[in-house]
Amino acid sequence: MRYIDDSVVMKRMKTRLNRNKGWKALFLTGTLFALLCLVILLVRIVTQGVGYLDWDFITNFASRRPENAGIKAALVGSIYMMCIIAPVSMILGVATAIYLEEYAKKNKINDFIRMNISNLAGVPSIVFGLLGLTIFVRALALGKSLLAAGFTMSLLILPVIIVAAQEAIRAVPQEQREASYGMGATKWQTITRVVLPAAIPGILTGSILALSRAIGETAPLVVIGIPVILRFLPDGLLSEFTALPMQIYDWAKRPQEEFLYVASAGIIVLMLFLVIMNSIAIFIRNKFSKRY
Amino acid sequence: MASQGFRNGQSVQDLIAKSRNRKGKKITEKTMPILLFIAALISVLTTIGIVFTLIFETFEFFQRVSITDYLFGTSWLPFSGNNPTFGVLPLILGTLKVTVIAIIVAVPIGLAAAIYLSEYASDKARRTIKPILEVLAGVPTIVYGFFALTFVTPILQQLIPSLKIFNALSPGIVVGIMIIPMIASLSEDAMSSVPNSIREGALALGATKFEVALKVVLPAALSGIISSAVLAISRALGETMIVSLAGGASPTFDFSVTGSIQTMTAYIVQVSSGDAGYGTTIYYSIYAVGFTLFVFTLIMNLLAHYISKRFREEY
Repeated sequence: MRYIDDSVVMKRMKTRLNRNKGWKALFLTGTLFALLCLVILLVRIVTQGVGYLDWDFITNFASRRPENAGIKAALVGSIYMMCIIAPVSMILGVATAIYLEEYAKKNKINDFIRMNISNLAGVPSIVFGLLGLTIFVRALALGKSLLAAGFTMSLLILPVIIVAAQEAIRAVPQEQREASYGMGATKWQTITRVVLPAAIPGILTGSILALSRAIGETAPLVVIGIPVILRFLPDGLLSEFTALPMQIYDWAKRPQEEFLYVASAGIIVLMLFLVIMNSIAIFIRNKFSKRY
Repeated sequence: MASQGFRNGQSVQDLIAKSRNRKGKKITEKTMPILLFIAALISVLTTIGIVFTLIFETFEFFQRVSITDYLFGTSWLPFSGNNPTFGVLPLILGTLKVTVIAIIVAVPIGLAAAIYLSEYASDKARRTIKPILEVLAGVPTIVYGFFALTFVTPILQQLIPSLKIFNALSPGIVVGIMIIPMIASLSEDAMSSVPNSIREGALALGATKFEVALKVVLPAALSGIISSAVLAISRALGETMIVSLAGGASPTFDFSVTGSIQTMTAYIVQVSSGDAGYGTTIYYSIYAVGFTLFVFTLIMNLLAHYISKRFREEY
């Protein structure tokens, strides 16, 4: 009696192998579709917008006429806003991460803080806009200013920075801390002189990626009520300003076809901005990160 | 400083004793944890701030509009001068339409990409494709919105002549494209964490790669995959700029995907970019809608957390 009939096995094997091939092709198609979307998106925007992209576009203020429209106020506003977001979110984020990784004991309060951070990361950005409108714009009377928008955006990306910093701090091996204690260093000395220097590349990479998210975020700015057409540059923390995504949003809404090309040109500038930031992040990751 | 100490004829013990008694250091050691704890509390305060703001202003809204009218009303016409109605169901329906379309687009494609990357792709291919997918995830939503309005909608209009300029289909598809990387990358992580020995065991029994993926890896990684999909749903519910640009501003209570809709987020944007005066019913209504949205996404996030914790296979 034969347990295995070769001809049946061969026959079934063929269909199974073919099925494997077919599904592999399907899975590959799915992957390529996602990549194709990115290519179409980029090609489309570059071909539409590149004609309107010149030096005047960078140095002109917004205008009612598409051929004169520029993004000076928006570009400067976005850069100023970043100068607020970066220190605020990084100081708070890294401090929180140090606390959670180095000091926090396992108890209810710290568990709650951890759970709270992971939930905060899932809150839609528009809800942060409502928070900013109520607390910063109205209650603290900061108005529709750089400071109000900067604080709102800082809170928005805070969870992302905390998680990135936590991972970077966790990656520093315990032996290094113990060696430092063994030399007589205190806890705080160990953190500032051993843990943080080793974790800084990871922290910076994560923070820059989070910042690039803040730069492209539009919804909270709309809710706060950031004006769109400004013909002056912000002159202080409490000054009104406008930002790149707000400007693009305004152009995209306009019915005239020319403004769609202007919006594309604005998107190119925004994307270049993000590409530069991401390149810096990748550069830091590759150049300075150590593996233990 | 140490060399100075030796020059003055002090011993190492003296130096240690001196440094131990230095006041500044002791104070730093004591105060830094407290300062760090305060920083950690900011994130808690943010949550409290969000919840209280929403509840406070929503309460104010319910002083003017009855809760049952809001929750069960099927007509959302806040701007009709004489007789404004605030029934939230059309907004919720609009949001759900976009979310369902997005999930229909994103789950199969994202999962296919995840399986390909984790089971079939070479190490080199994976290391090239994953970062590119991350770029897709980093594109600002305003760019996707612009893409939906100026590229996807015109193409769809050629296929479906009855499609309006503002509709649910186009933003739904584009939101789907936006969340593909999220599903792909989270599911890929879940599948990669299934140990290779299990795969090799199945392969040694004669299974094809597809059979390994379908019958071994997928069941083992299911909790991670489902929670990635739930997180993606939460993301799609809260998506704002794509639906504001391409979805329109007419909340309707029907199941058509070709007509103009309005989502909860798009309504908040519409009111914020107009000039609804502070203290009007319309002003408070954005908090009620925001609160509704917040509850929806919170449930989704907690659900994802629960699924990935409760049903995780430990190896």
